[in-house]
Amino acid sequence: MKQAKAKDHAALAEAFIKDEERVDWHDGALWFIREKRDKASKAIPEWEQLREAASAIKSNVISNLHEYLLQFEANLVKNGVTVHWAADAEEHNAIVYAILKAKEITQMVKSKSMLTEECQLNEYLEERGIEVINSDLGEYIQQIDKEPPSHIVLPCIHKRKEEIGELFHEHLGTEKGLSDPTQLTRVARKHLRNIFLTRRGALTGVNFAVAETGEYVVCTNEGNADMGAHLSEVQIASMGLEKLVPQKKHLSVFLRLLARSATGQPITIYSSHYKKPRPGQEMHLILVDAGRTRQLGRVDFRDSLKCIKCGSCMNTCPVYRKSGGLSYHNTISGPIGAILAPNLDMKKHADLPYASTLCGSCSNVCPVKINIHGQLYKWRQEIVKEGYAASTKALGMKAMAWTLSSPGNFTTAGKAGRWFLQNIPFVVNNRFNPWVKQRDMPEGPKETFAAWYEKQKQ
Amino acid sequence: MTVALFIPCYVNQFYPSAAKATLQLLQKLGVEVVYPPKQTCCGQPMANSGFEHLSQGCNDLFIENFSGFDYIVAPSASCVLHVKEHLASETDPALADSIRHKVYELVEFLTDILKVEKLDAVFPHKVGLHHSCHGLRGLFLSQMSELNAAPFSKPQQLLNMVRGLEQVSLDRQDECCGFGGTFCVAEEAVSVKMGKDRVTDHTKHGAEYITSSDLSCLMHLEGILHRNNSKVKIMHIAEILNANV
Repeated sequence: MKQAKAKDHAALAEAFIKDEERVDWHDGALWFIREKRDKASKAIPEWEQLREAASAIKSNVISNLHEYLLQFEANLVKNGVTVHWAADAEEHNAIVYAILKAKEITQMVKSKSMLTEECQLNEYLEERGIEVINSDLGEYIQQIDKEPPSHIVLPCIHKRKEEIGELFHEHLGTEKGLSDPTQLTRVARKHLRNIFLTRRGALTGVNFAVAETGEYVVCTNEGNADMGAHLSEVQIASMGLEKLVPQKKHLSVFLRLLARSATGQPITIYSSHYKKPRPGQEMHLILVDAGRTRQLGRVDFRDSLKCIKCGSCMNTCPVYRKSGGLSYHNTISGPIGAILAPNLDMKKHADLPYASTLCGSCSNVCPVKINIHGQLYKWRQEIVKEGYAASTKALGMKAMAWTLSSPGNFTTAGKAGRWFLQNIPFVVNNRFNPWVKQRDMPEGPKETFAAWYEKQKQ
Repeated sequence: MTVALFIPCYVNQFYPSAAKATLQLLQKLGVEVVYPPKQTCCGQPMANSGFEHLSQGCNDLFIENFSGFDYIVAPSASCVLHVKEHLASETDPALADSIRHKVYELVEFLTDILKVEKLDAVFPHKVGLHHSCHGLRGLFLSQMSELNAAPFSKPQQLLNMVRGLEQVSLDRQDECCGFGGTFCVAEEAVSVKMGKDRVTDHTKHGAEYITSSDLSCLMHLEGILHRNNSKVKIMHIAEILNANV
C-alpha cells in the first residue's frame, strides 16, 4: 500500500495543494455533492426532525448496545446464520480466513466495506494465498492502484478520469488514452461480471442491522454486493458493533437520510435486506469491536459511534476538500475520521483533530447530529493532557499564557517592539513565522486602541 | 445601561479603528460605554490548541475586568463565543456564569438588545459579507446554509440600513475562510488556499470591501489581498455601520 505514514496531515496536505488546478477540481467535485445534498435535504420539510429522530434512535442503540447485540445474535441464529465475535482486526481476519479455508475457497469477491479496509483484510488474506477482488468500482480502482480509499463513499474521488483510463490501460488492457467514463465502466463491468460468476465466496459490509429480525441491510448503487452474495456458496458479512437499529421500522428514518446526505440521491439504487441463507448456502456474520467499546467508554466521544458513514462531513469540510482524503493517513478520513482515529492510536493520529478550523459545518450536515467539531476541540485537550503535543508547542503556549494573563506583562510586551508582530497569540513559537510565507502581516498602527482611549479620556 | 467594551488583544494592537468605531457607534446610540483598561485576551488561542488548562489566568483576569456591568460588548464573534462557552472560575462559578450570559458580539447586541431599526450611516461601496464561522454556527448571527430552516441574517439586517451600500452575492455564502486560530500557521498551506478561494469569491463578484464581524478572518484575508497587491480592502462591520461620509 502506498502510504506516507511518517508525514503528518499538514505536510501531506501541503504536497496535495502544490497542484492548485487539481485542488480546485477536487474541491469543486465535492462541493457539487454538498450542493446536491442541500437540495435533497431541503426538498423534505421534516428534514431536521428526521435528523433529530435518527440521533435519538442511535442514542438508544449505543446506550443499550449489549441488549440489542444479544437480541440480534439470537435472531441471526434462528435465521440460520452463523455468528462470530471479533475483538479486534486480527481476530476478524482470522475468522474470515478460517471460514474460507474450511470450504477450500481461494478467491473471494468483496463489496464496499470500510471495516475490512480498517482491518486490512485484503492484505491478510493475500498473504495466505487468497485472492480478493473489490467489486465496488471505486474500491476496485483503488485496489489496482494499490492505494487506500480517500473517501468512505467515493473511494477514488481524488482521481481524474484520465488517471483511471491509464490504470485500466495498464491492468485491463483498454486502449491507451481512453478516458470516457461510460466506456471505462463497461470494461470494468465486463471484467467484474466474470469475477462474480466464478467466486464461491463473497463478503459484504453492513449499513444497518435490525436487532428485532436479525436481518441486515446493504446499500449500494452498483448492485455489486447483491451480485457477489447471490452467486456465492459462502456469504460473509462484517459489521462494527454500532451498526444496529432496534426495529425494522427505524430503517424508514435511516434510509431516507443516508443517500440524501451522502450523494443527494433520494435513496441508494439497491437497499438489499439479507436474512437467511439459500438452501445449500452458508451465511456468516462477524461482529467486530476493534476499539468501539473503548470509544463507548469515553463519555465525550461516545456519540461518534452514531455515525452511519454517509461521508457528508467530508464533502462539506473545506479542509478535506482542499487537502484530499489521503492526507488524513487513516481509513476513515475527514472530520469523522479525525474524531474516530485518536481512539485507535492517539499518538499516531494526534495531528488529525488539529486538521480543522472548527468551522462546524460538519456537525450541521451530520444526519445523526454528532457534535463533530465539539469533539475535535475535546480531542485536542485530551491529546495535550496525554502528552502527545510537541514539547516546543507546550513551552510556547506557557509563555503566551503568562504574557496574556497579566496586564503588566501584556503592556510591556505590547510596547517592547511590538511583541505582537512576532507573537500574535495564534502564531506561537515558530522560529520563522509561517504566516508570512503567502500572507502579509497587518500594518501596525501608530497607537493601540488602549493608548488612544487613555489619551482622549484626559 | 452601562456597557463594558471588550476589545480583543489583536484588535487593540492591529485594528484600533474598528475598536474606535464600536465605541462611537454605541455612544451614538445612547449607550454609556466603559473600557476596562487592564484587559488582555479571552484565552481562546490556548484553549483551541488543546491547552485549555493554561487559560485560567486569562479567565480570572477577564472576570476581574468585566464584573458589574449590564452588558459586555465586543467587535469579535469568535472571542465572544469563547467566553460564552468556556469562561470558568475556580473561586466564583456563579460570577463566571453571569458574565457568560452578559457578553454579546456587537451585531447581535445592536439587533437583539438595542433593537436598532435605523442607522445614520452612509457607505457608497460594493461590499461582500463574510460570515465568520463562530458568529454563524456559534452565535447564530445568520441562518446556516446546511440547515433546512428559515433564512435570516443579523449583519445583513444592519447593512441594509446603510445608505449607498451595495451588497454583492457570493457563490458560497458561508464557507470558512481558513483562519482557524493556530490552524493558520500549523496548517499554513490549507489555510492560505482556503483564504485565497474566499477572496476570489468576493472579488469576482465585484466587492470593493470585504466585511465581517470577526477581524481574525479579515486579518487573514487582508494578508492574502495585500500579498497579491489587490485593491480590495477589508473593513470591520462596526466601521461600516459607523461610516458617515
